[in-house]
Amino acid sequence: MENLVIEGTAKTPTVEFDASEGKIVLKGRSIPENSIEFYRPMQDWLKEYSIAPAVKTVVDIRLEYFNTSSSKCILDFFKSLESIKSAGNSDVTVNWYFETDDEDMQEAGEDYEAIVGLPFTIIEVDEI
Amino acid sequence: MAISDVYDFYKRMEDEHIILSFKGAFTEDLLTSILHIVEGKMEALDIDTKKKKRVFNVLVESFQNLYHHIEEMAPEEGEYERNRSAMIIVKYEEKRFTIITGNFVNSNRIPELRQKLETVNALNDEALRELYRSKLENGGRTEKGTAGLGLIDIARKSKNKLDYEIINVTEATGFFCLSVLID
Repeated sequence: MENLVIEGTAKTPTVEFDASEGKIVLKGRSIPENSIEFYRPMQDWLKEYSIAPAVKTVVDIRLEYFNTSSSKCILDFFKSLESIKSAGNSDVTVNWYFETDDEDMQEAGEDYEAIVGLPFTIIEVDEI
Repeated sequence: MAISDVYDFYKRMEDEHIILSFKGAFTEDLLTSILHIVEGKMEALDIDTKKKKRVFNVLVESFQNLYHHIEEMAPEEGEYERNRSAMIIVKYEEKRFTIITGNFVNSNRIPELRQKLETVNALNDEALRELYRSKLENGGRTEKGTAGLGLIDIARKSKNKLDYEIINVTEATGFFCLSVLID
Protein backbone atom coordinates (compact mmCIF):
# COMPACT_ATOMS: atom_id res chain seq x y z
CA MET A 1 0.00 0.00 0.00
CA GLU A 2 1.04 3.59 -0.46
CA ASN A 3 2.70 5.60 2.28
CA LEU A 4 0.93 8.67 3.59
CA VAL A 5 3.02 11.83 3.63
CA ILE A 6 1.60 15.26 4.40
CA GLU A 7 3.90 18.22 4.80
CA GLY A 8 3.46 20.28 7.95
CA THR A 9 2.10 23.83 7.96
CA ALA A 10 1.77 26.55 10.62
CA LYS A 11 -1.46 24.87 11.74
CA THR A 12 -1.06 21.21 10.86
CA PRO A 13 1.57 18.59 11.68
CA THR A 14 3.91 16.68 9.40
CA VAL A 15 2.46 13.24 8.77
CA GLU A 16 4.68 10.32 7.75
CA PHE A 17 3.03 6.91 7.68
CA ASP A 18 5.19 4.13 6.28
CA ALA A 19 3.26 0.88 5.79
CA SER A 20 6.13 -1.52 5.05
CA GLU A 21 8.28 -0.22 7.92
CA GLY A 22 5.29 -0.02 10.29
CA LYS A 23 6.39 3.50 11.20
CA ILE A 24 3.86 6.22 11.96
CA VAL A 25 5.02 9.76 12.75
CA LEU A 26 3.05 12.89 13.69
CA LYS A 27 5.22 15.93 14.23
CA GLY A 28 4.66 19.65 14.81
CA ARG A 29 1.51 21.61 15.61
CA SER A 30 -2.03 20.48 15.29
CA ILE A 31 -4.37 23.46 15.51
CA PRO A 32 -6.61 23.29 12.42
CA GLU A 33 -10.11 24.83 12.61
CA ASN A 34 -11.56 21.70 11.10
CA SER A 35 -9.61 18.85 12.59
CA ILE A 36 -12.01 16.11 11.44
CA GLU A 37 -11.23 16.99 7.83
CA PHE A 38 -7.49 17.04 8.51
CA TYR A 39 -7.42 13.68 10.33
CA ARG A 40 -9.72 11.85 7.89
CA PRO A 41 -6.94 10.72 5.47
CA MET A 42 -5.05 9.26 8.44
CA GLN A 43 -8.07 7.25 9.55
CA ASP A 44 -8.61 6.05 5.96
CA TRP A 45 -4.96 5.04 5.74
CA LEU A 46 -5.13 3.13 9.04
CA LYS A 47 -8.22 1.29 7.87
CA GLU A 48 -6.34 0.03 4.82
CA TYR A 49 -3.20 -0.64 6.87
CA SER A 50 -5.17 -2.76 9.34
CA ILE A 51 -5.78 -5.40 6.62
CA ALA A 52 -2.10 -6.33 6.39
CA PRO A 53 -0.05 -4.35 8.91
CA ALA A 54 3.66 -4.75 9.64
CA VAL A 55 4.54 -7.20 12.44
CA LYS A 56 5.53 -4.21 14.58
CA THR A 57 3.99 -0.75 14.39
CA VAL A 58 5.86 2.09 16.08
CA VAL A 59 3.96 5.35 16.53
CA ASP A 60 6.00 8.49 17.22
CA ILE A 61 4.02 11.48 18.46
CA ARG A 62 6.17 14.60 18.50
CA LEU A 63 3.61 17.33 18.94
CA GLU A 64 4.49 20.82 20.00
CA TYR A 65 0.89 21.88 20.64
CA PHE A 66 -2.56 20.65 19.72
CA ASN A 67 -5.97 22.26 20.06
CA THR A 68 -8.97 20.69 21.78
CA SER A 69 -10.65 19.81 18.52
CA SER A 70 -7.54 17.83 17.50
CA SER A 71 -7.55 16.08 20.88
CA LYS A 72 -10.68 14.10 19.94
CA CYS A 73 -9.23 13.20 16.55
CA ILE A 74 -5.99 12.05 18.17
CA LEU A 75 -8.04 9.84 20.50
CA ASP A 76 -9.88 8.33 17.50
CA PHE A 77 -6.54 7.78 15.82
CA PHE A 78 -5.25 5.88 18.88
CA LYS A 79 -8.49 3.88 19.01
CA SER A 80 -7.96 2.74 15.41
CA LEU A 81 -4.44 1.66 16.35
CA GLU A 82 -5.80 -0.10 19.41
CA SER A 83 -8.09 -2.22 17.25
CA ILE A 84 -5.17 -3.15 14.97
CA LYS A 85 -3.31 -4.31 18.06
CA SER A 86 -6.23 -6.16 19.62
CA ALA A 87 -6.90 -7.98 16.33
CA GLY A 88 -3.47 -9.50 16.93
CA ASN A 89 -2.08 -8.43 13.57
CA SER A 90 0.56 -6.04 14.75
CA ASP A 91 2.41 -5.21 17.92
CA VAL A 92 1.60 -1.50 18.26
CA THR A 93 3.62 0.75 20.57
CA VAL A 94 3.46 4.51 21.07
CA ASN A 95 6.34 6.88 21.81
CA TRP A 96 4.94 10.16 23.14
CA TYR A 97 7.56 12.91 23.14
CA PHE A 98 7.49 16.10 25.17
CA GLU A 99 9.95 18.95 25.58
CA THR A 100 11.75 19.39 28.91
CA ASP A 101 9.49 21.32 31.34
CA ASP A 102 6.44 21.01 29.09
CA GLU A 103 4.33 19.31 31.75
CA ASP A 104 1.14 20.07 29.79
CA MET A 105 2.26 17.85 26.93
CA GLN A 106 3.54 15.24 29.38
CA GLU A 107 0.12 15.14 31.11
CA ALA A 108 -1.62 14.92 27.75
CA GLY A 109 0.41 11.80 26.96
CA GLU A 110 -0.45 10.29 30.35
CA ASP A 111 -4.13 11.02 29.78
CA TYR A 112 -4.14 9.21 26.44
CA GLU A 113 -2.23 6.34 27.99
CA ALA A 114 -4.95 6.06 30.65
CA ILE A 115 -7.77 6.05 28.09
CA VAL A 116 -6.30 3.89 25.32
CA GLY A 117 -5.21 0.26 25.56
CA LEU A 118 -1.81 0.76 23.95
CA PRO A 119 1.64 0.65 25.55
CA PHE A 120 2.99 4.20 25.81
CA THR A 121 6.54 5.33 26.43
CA ILE A 122 6.57 8.96 27.48
CA ILE A 123 9.89 10.48 26.50
CA GLU A 124 11.42 13.79 27.53
CA VAL A 125 13.59 15.51 24.92
CA ASP A 126 15.40 18.86 24.77
CA GLU A 127 13.69 19.87 21.59
CA ILE A 128 10.77 18.30 19.82
CA MET B 1 -12.95 59.65 16.15
CA ALA B 2 -11.57 63.14 15.75
CA ILE B 3 -7.97 63.41 14.59
CA SER B 4 -7.09 64.96 17.92
CA ASP B 5 -8.20 61.76 19.67
CA VAL B 6 -5.67 59.56 17.90
CA TYR B 7 -2.88 60.26 20.36
CA ASP B 8 -5.22 59.65 23.32
CA PHE B 9 -6.23 56.37 21.75
CA TYR B 10 -2.58 55.39 21.31
CA LYS B 11 -1.72 56.53 24.83
CA ARG B 12 -4.56 54.54 26.33
CA MET B 13 -3.32 51.37 24.63
CA GLU B 14 0.22 52.12 25.73
CA ASP B 15 -0.85 52.66 29.36
CA GLU B 16 -2.84 49.44 29.31
CA HIS B 17 0.25 47.54 28.04
CA ILE B 18 -1.58 46.31 24.98
CA ILE B 19 0.74 44.52 22.58
CA LEU B 20 -1.94 43.53 20.09
CA SER B 21 -5.55 44.40 19.48
CA PHE B 22 -8.00 43.53 16.75
CA LYS B 23 -11.65 44.28 16.21
CA GLY B 24 -13.46 42.97 13.17
CA ALA B 25 -14.48 39.79 11.39
CA PHE B 26 -12.76 36.63 12.64
CA THR B 27 -11.41 34.47 9.85
CA GLU B 28 -9.10 31.46 9.68
CA ASP B 29 -6.27 33.55 8.23
CA LEU B 30 -6.57 36.07 11.03
CA LEU B 31 -5.58 33.47 13.64
CA THR B 32 -2.46 32.59 11.66
CA SER B 33 -1.49 36.28 11.56
CA ILE B 34 -2.19 36.86 15.26
CA LEU B 35 -0.17 33.80 16.28
CA HIS B 36 2.67 34.92 14.06
CA ILE B 37 2.73 38.40 15.62
CA VAL B 38 2.45 37.19 19.23
CA GLU B 39 5.07 34.47 18.73
CA GLY B 40 7.46 37.06 17.32
CA LYS B 41 6.88 39.28 20.36
CA MET B 42 7.35 36.42 22.81
CA GLU B 43 10.59 35.52 21.06
CA ALA B 44 11.79 39.12 21.40
CA LEU B 45 10.71 39.25 25.06
CA ASP B 46 12.61 36.03 25.79
CA ILE B 47 9.61 34.28 27.37
CA ASP B 48 10.29 30.74 28.62
CA THR B 49 9.00 27.81 26.58
CA LYS B 50 6.32 26.69 29.02
CA LYS B 51 4.71 30.13 29.20
CA LYS B 52 5.03 30.63 25.45
CA LYS B 53 3.16 27.39 24.87
CA ARG B 54 0.44 28.32 27.36
CA VAL B 55 -0.09 31.74 25.77
CA PHE B 56 -0.16 30.11 22.36
CA ASN B 57 -2.66 27.50 23.54
CA VAL B 58 -5.00 30.01 25.15
CA LEU B 59 -4.87 32.21 22.05
CA VAL B 60 -5.76 29.28 19.81
CA GLU B 61 -8.60 28.04 22.01
CA SER B 62 -10.12 31.47 22.68
CA PHE B 63 -9.94 32.36 19.03
CA GLN B 64 -11.36 29.07 17.76
CA ASN B 65 -14.05 29.08 20.43
CA LEU B 66 -15.13 32.45 19.08
CA TYR B 67 -14.69 31.44 15.50
CA HIS B 68 -16.92 28.39 15.78
CA HIS B 69 -19.38 30.20 17.96
CA ILE B 70 -19.67 33.09 15.53
CA GLU B 71 -20.31 30.63 12.70
CA GLU B 72 -23.05 29.00 14.73
CA MET B 73 -24.89 32.24 15.45
CA ALA B 74 -27.87 32.59 13.18
CA PRO B 75 -27.58 36.19 12.17
CA GLU B 76 -30.67 38.22 11.56
CA GLU B 77 -31.01 40.09 8.31
CA GLY B 78 -28.71 43.10 8.34
CA GLU B 79 -27.07 42.03 11.58
CA TYR B 80 -24.65 39.70 9.84
CA GLU B 81 -21.55 41.87 9.86
CA ARG B 82 -22.00 42.82 13.47
CA ASN B 83 -22.45 39.25 14.58
CA ARG B 84 -19.32 38.04 12.81
CA SER B 85 -17.37 40.81 14.37
CA ALA B 86 -15.44 40.24 17.58
CA MET B 87 -12.50 41.60 19.49
CA ILE B 88 -9.23 40.24 20.78
CA ILE B 89 -6.65 42.04 22.91
CA VAL B 90 -3.31 40.76 24.18
CA LYS B 91 -1.68 42.56 27.09
CA TYR B 92 1.80 42.04 28.45
CA GLU B 93 3.17 43.46 31.65
CA GLU B 94 5.96 42.13 33.84
CA LYS B 95 6.00 38.61 32.43
CA ARG B 96 2.19 38.37 32.70
CA PHE B 97 0.05 37.94 29.64
CA THR B 98 -3.67 38.70 29.54
CA ILE B 99 -5.79 37.58 26.63
CA ILE B 100 -9.11 39.38 26.38
CA THR B 101 -11.88 38.52 23.96
CA GLY B 102 -15.26 40.13 23.35
CA ASN B 103 -18.04 38.80 21.16
CA PHE B 104 -21.79 38.83 20.70
CA VAL B 105 -23.80 35.85 21.90
CA ASN B 106 -27.45 34.94 21.47
CA SER B 107 -29.27 35.60 24.74
CA ASN B 108 -30.72 32.11 24.79
CA ARG B 109 -27.18 30.70 25.07
CA ILE B 110 -26.16 32.87 28.00
CA PRO B 111 -27.40 30.59 30.83
CA GLU B 112 -25.48 27.63 29.41
CA LEU B 113 -22.37 29.74 28.96
CA ARG B 114 -22.56 31.07 32.52
CA GLN B 115 -22.95 27.57 33.85
CA LYS B 116 -19.90 26.32 31.94
CA LEU B 117 -17.80 29.21 33.23
CA GLU B 118 -18.95 28.70 36.80
CA THR B 119 -18.24 24.98 36.64
CA VAL B 120 -14.73 25.57 35.34
CA ASN B 121 -14.01 28.27 37.91
CA ALA B 122 -15.12 26.03 40.76
CA LEU B 123 -12.52 23.36 39.98
CA ASN B 124 -8.85 23.08 40.90
CA ASP B 125 -6.10 21.87 38.51
CA GLU B 126 -6.55 18.19 39.28
CA ALA B 127 -10.36 18.33 38.98
CA LEU B 128 -10.06 20.22 35.69
CA ARG B 129 -7.74 17.54 34.37
CA GLU B 130 -10.23 14.84 35.37
CA LEU B 131 -13.10 16.71 33.74
CA TYR B 132 -11.06 17.15 30.57
CA ARG B 133 -10.15 13.48 30.49
CA SER B 134 -13.70 12.28 31.05
CA LYS B 135 -15.11 14.65 28.41
CA LEU B 136 -12.41 13.58 25.99
CA GLU B 137 -13.25 9.94 26.58
CA ASN B 138 -17.03 10.12 26.80
CA GLY B 139 -18.19 13.41 25.39
CA GLY B 140 -19.62 13.88 21.94
CA ARG B 141 -18.66 16.51 19.46
CA THR B 142 -20.15 18.63 16.75
CA GLU B 143 -19.68 17.94 13.05
CA LYS B 144 -16.92 20.55 12.99
CA GLY B 145 -15.02 18.61 15.61
CA THR B 146 -15.49 21.01 18.50
CA ALA B 147 -15.65 18.96 21.64
CA GLY B 148 -16.79 21.42 24.31
CA LEU B 149 -13.32 21.26 25.81
CA GLY B 150 -12.27 24.82 24.94
CA LEU B 151 -13.05 26.59 28.22
CA ILE B 152 -11.69 23.69 30.29
CA ASP B 153 -8.46 23.81 28.34
CA ILE B 154 -8.21 27.60 28.66
CA ALA B 155 -8.65 27.32 32.44
CA ARG B 156 -6.06 24.53 32.65
CA LYS B 157 -3.46 26.48 30.70
CA SER B 158 -4.17 29.76 32.49
CA LYS B 159 -3.83 28.29 36.01
CA ASN B 160 -6.03 31.21 37.12
CA LYS B 161 -9.79 31.71 37.47
CA LEU B 162 -11.48 32.95 34.32
CA ASP B 163 -12.61 36.55 34.60
CA TYR B 164 -15.76 37.23 32.59
CA GLU B 165 -18.76 39.43 32.15
CA ILE B 166 -21.83 39.16 29.96
CA ILE B 167 -23.52 42.44 29.09
CA ASN B 168 -27.07 42.61 27.79
CA VAL B 169 -27.00 44.54 24.53
CA THR B 170 -30.53 43.91 23.30
CA GLU B 171 -33.20 41.46 24.38
CA ALA B 172 -31.83 38.90 21.93
CA THR B 173 -28.13 39.62 22.16
CA GLY B 174 -25.47 39.80 24.81
CA PHE B 175 -21.78 40.70 24.69
CA PHE B 176 -19.46 38.19 26.28
CA CYS B 177 -16.14 39.47 27.65
CA LEU B 178 -13.51 36.98 28.78
CA SER B 179 -10.16 37.82 30.30
CA VAL B 180 -7.57 35.09 30.75
CA LEU B 181 -4.40 35.66 32.75
CA ILE B 182 -1.22 33.66 32.18
CA ASP B 183 1.33 34.62 34.79
